[in-house]
Amino acid sequence: MLTLEKRPQPSKAWVYAAPILAVVITMIVGGGVFALLGKPPLEAIRTIFYDPIFGDFASYSRPQLLIKAGPLILIAIGLSFGFRAGIWNIGAEGQYIMGALAAAGTGLAFYPMEARWLIFPLMILAGFAGGMVWAAIPAFLRIRFKTNEILVSLMLVYVAEAIQASMALNLMRNPDGHGFPGSRNLSQYPSSANLELVANSGVHWGVMAALTAVIFAYFILARHRFGFDVRLAGQSPRAAGFAGVDAGRLIFVCLLISGALAGAAGMFEVSGPAGRVSIDFNVGYGFTAIIVAFLGRLHPVGILIAGLLMALTYIGGELAQLSLGLPGAAIQLFQGMLLFFLLAVDVMTSYRIRFGKTE
Amino acid sequence: MDFSSINPILLLASLMVAATPIILAAAGELIVERAGVLNLGVEGMMITGAITGFIATVTTGSPWIGFVAAAAGGAGLSLLFAFLTQFLLSNQVATGLALTLFGLGLSALLGQGYNGIKAPEFPRIDIPVISDIPVLGPILFSHDPMVYVGIGLIAGTWYFLKYSRAGLILRAVGENHEAAHALGYHVIRIRIMAIAFGGACAGLGGAYISLVRVPQWTDGMTAGAGWIALAIVVFASWRPWRLLIGAYLFGGVTVLQLNLQAAGIAIPVEYLAMSPYIATILVLVLMSAGRAPGSLGKIFHASR
Repeated sequence: MLTLEKRPQPSKAWVYAAPILAVVITMIVGGGVFALLGKPPLEAIRTIFYDPIFGDFASYSRPQLLIKAGPLILIAIGLSFGFRAGIWNIGAEGQYIMGALAAAGTGLAFYPMEARWLIFPLMILAGFAGGMVWAAIPAFLRIRFKTNEILVSLMLVYVAEAIQASMALNLMRNPDGHGFPGSRNLSQYPSSANLELVANSGVHWGVMAALTAVIFAYFILARHRFGFDVRLAGQSPRAAGFAGVDAGRLIFVCLLISGALAGAAGMFEVSGPAGRVSIDFNVGYGFTAIIVAFLGRLHPVGILIAGLLMALTYIGGELAQLSLGLPGAAIQLFQGMLLFFLLAVDVMTSYRIRFGKTE
Repeated sequence: MDFSSINPILLLASLMVAATPIILAAAGELIVERAGVLNLGVEGMMITGAITGFIATVTTGSPWIGFVAAAAGGAGLSLLFAFLTQFLLSNQVATGLALTLFGLGLSALLGQGYNGIKAPEFPRIDIPVISDIPVLGPILFSHDPMVYVGIGLIAGTWYFLKYSRAGLILRAVGENHEAAHALGYHVIRIRIMAIAFGGACAGLGGAYISLVRVPQWTDGMTAGAGWIALAIVVFASWRPWRLLIGAYLFGGVTVLQLNLQAAGIAIPVEYLAMSPYIATILVLVLMSAGRAPGSLGKIFHASR
C-alpha cells in the first residue's frame, strides 16, 4: 500500500525535476498516441522536438521558434503573477485580442501617414491599454461584487472574439480589399510594422518585450515589495492580510499586469507575424500560455524555457503535419497532456511516498 | 426588420431546447461542487461527450446508444480529473483547466472524419393529449426525451440532496471534509463518485448539442457552454431549482438573439452573438451573494 506523507518543506529537487519528468512522460505517452494513429512514434517525436532546430529545414523553422515563443512568454509572465497570488485570469486570449484590436485601430487611424516614431509607440501603448481595460472588467467585478474572475475573464474571451469578427467585417475592413473581410496589412505599412530586428532570426519587437518582461518579473518577484506581497498572498492569504497586504489592490494590479502584457502580445502579433485583423487571427496563445506558466513553475526563467519548448511543439507539430500527416489536433492533445502530467508529477514536490500499511 | 416573424410559442419551445445542454451539465457540476470539488473541466467533458456520442450515434444509428456513450466519455475523462485531484492532490483549478484543454484536443482528434456528417434524427415525442393543449402543449410537451431527462435530473438532484441519506453525506463532505472524515465517511470515494456523475452529465449535455441542437460535429462546437454551466451553478447559489431558472434565462437570451438575427434587426450579428456571454456576466454580478460549500476547491489529505 502506498501512502503520501506531507513533506515539511517542498522538495527543491522535485521543483526542477517535475517539469522535466512531465515532458519525458508526455513524449512517451504522446508517442503511444501517435503509434495508435498509425504514425511512426520515434520519427514523430524527433520531427516535433529535434527537426525544427537541427533538421534539414531548420533555417526556416528556427526563426519561427522565437516568433511563437515571444507572445507565449509575454502572456505567461503576466499570468504568473496572478496565479502565484491565487488570482485566476484565464481570459488572456480575450485580452490579447483586445490589445491587438486597440493597436490595429490606432495604426489604421493614422494610415497612410508616415511617422513611425509616433505611430509605432502609440500602437504599443494602445496594445497595453486594450488588454488592460479588458482585464480591468473582471478585476473590478471581483473587487466590487465578489464575482468569480475565472468565469468573467473567460466569458469576455467570447465577447472579444465577437468584437474581433465585427471589426474585421465592418469598421477595420480594408477599403481596398475588394470586399474581403480583414483589415489592411499592418506589417506592410512602414509606420506600424513590427519588423524583424535581426535578419532571419525571428527576433522582432515582441520578442524583445518578452525578454524584458522576463527580467523585470524576475526582479519584481525577487526584490520588490510587490513581488513579496504576491508570494505571501499565494502561500497564506490570512498572513498576507495581517501583513497589511491590500487584497483588492493586489487583485487589481495582478489582473492589470496580465492584461497589459497579453494586450501587448496581441499588438506585436497583429502588426508583425499575423499582419492584419482577420476574423480568426488569434490562435489560442492566451490559453497555451496557461500551460507555459505552469510548466515554467510560475518562475520567470522557467517560463522563458517553457515558452521556447511550447513554441517547439507548435512548429514541430506543423512540421509533423506536413511530413507525416500527423493531425493538428494531436498537437493540441499533446500540449494538454503536458499540463496533466506536470500536475500529476507535481505531487512529489510537496509529498513523499511511503510504502507500507496505513494504520 | 420584421418582428412579426418571431413566433412567441416557437421561441419559448426552442428556449427549452437551448437550455437543455446547460441544465444537464450544470446539474452534474452542482453535485460535484456540493461534494466540495471544483471541476473547471466541464467544457472539456462536454466536448468529449459531444464527440463520443456523435461517433456512437453515427456508427450504430441509435441516438440512445449515443447518449450512453457520451455519458461514458464524459465520466471517463472526469476520472482523470478525479485521479489527479483526489489521489495526487493536485490543484483543482489548474487540473480543471488542463482537463478542458485536453478535452478540446482529444475531441478534435477523435472527430476527424466526422466533420460535416449529419446525425440521425432524434425524434420528438408529442406527449398524448397534453401536447394538444393550445400554447402550453407545443411549448412544454412536444420535445425530444432529453429535455425531460434534463428537468428530471434537476428534480432528482434536488430530492437526492434534500431528502436522501446519501445526499446528506455528500453535503457533509462538501461542507467540511475534515469533520466528515472524522465521522468515518470516505471523503475521497464519495468525491470520486460525484466527479464521475458530473462527468457523465456534462457528456450528456455535450451530446445534446452535437446530436439534437446542431446536429452535426464541428471542432470546439460547445463554444463555452461548459463555462456557462459553471456560471449558472454559481448563479443558482448551489441550489437545483434555481439552476433551472438560470438555464432558461440563458436559453432565452440565446434563442432571442438568434431570432432577432433572423428577423434582420439593425444590430450587427456579431453583437447579438455576444449577448449570451454578457448576460452570463451580468447574472454573475447580480447573484454572487450565494454561499459556496465550505470545502469547495480545497485539497483533502487525511493526516494521521
